[in-house]
Amino acid sequence: MDKEKKGWKRHGVQALWALLTNSYLAGFARGKIYQGKLKNLCVPGLNCYSCPGALGACPIGAVQAVIGSWNFKLAFYAAGFLMFVGALAGRFVCGWLCPFGLIQDLLHKIPFPEKIGTFRGDRLLRKLKYVILIVFVILLPMFLVDVLGQGAPYFCKLICPAGTLEGGIPLVLLNESMRSALGWLYAWKNVLLLITIVLSVMIYRPFCKYICPLGAVYSVFNPISVFRYRVDEKKCTGCGICAKVCGMQVDPAENANHPECIRCGACKKSCPVKAIH
Amino acid sequence: MSRCMGTRFRRLPGLILAVLGLVIMGFGIYRGEMAVVLEKAVNICMECVGIG
Repeated sequence: MDKEKKGWKRHGVQALWALLTNSYLAGFARGKIYQGKLKNLCVPGLNCYSCPGALGACPIGAVQAVIGSWNFKLAFYAAGFLMFVGALAGRFVCGWLCPFGLIQDLLHKIPFPEKIGTFRGDRLLRKLKYVILIVFVILLPMFLVDVLGQGAPYFCKLICPAGTLEGGIPLVLLNESMRSALGWLYAWKNVLLLITIVLSVMIYRPFCKYICPLGAVYSVFNPISVFRYRVDEKKCTGCGICAKVCGMQVDPAENANHPECIRCGACKKSCPVKAIH
Repeated sequence: MSRCMGTRFRRLPGLILAVLGLVIMGFGIYRGEMAVVLEKAVNICMECVGIG
């Protein structure tokens, strides 16, 4: 009961952060987006800047916007921001500050006869997010350019279900002129969103595990970030409870700062001897 | 004392990278990248919503 309460406490933090960073309520009423100066700043989680409520810029969108611009080909601002956040907290952002992570967390609470923990090919499939980061976020916007030298944000355009859910659906619902411009791309992105939603009920955070380029960036910093887990080897009895409760299938006793760890704190709470700090 | 020193050294790589991140971010701001981000973020991103 106490552990369940603490789980909801994390969801409370996630919801509060999602509300704070998407609090331009007039956008939802008018079918428009916030256009103020705050949009200079990146938010740490995956949060589409075309969400009617969004106050900040999505860091993955920002990277692609700068790489794909005609005059800049390297994105120092957004990359430096990701490095700063990652070096401080690693994938803590995924566990606590990402609105799309919260959506997946809540979807996974929907009962399903057989929730899938791991499967054959799971480990290999987790490398896919690094390929997506390199190909769709960096290489394609950099090299697949138009006559002006501008590249499209290919991850946002072809893959990101967060953009569809947070930006596409609300704007299309609220805006008649946008409804008249719908085509195959919108259909494709909705199919991807639907697949993500269904998979999220069955698998814990499938988007974070296999697709998210932002998680891929932060995962690199997990082992060396300033704030990270430490297992007291003198206290640890090797009972394996921490590994069993981990939704990301990490064994904290083996590697407490594994790149897949989203620092949700489930292992820390479950440890009967309080060996995880 | 030694444990405190150990913690500090353990955190050192992260701290160095965090500072480096700030420096890189500052360089990006200096050369005007923020304007590109702002321009993209204040206009509806047709690619993101699945139209363009």
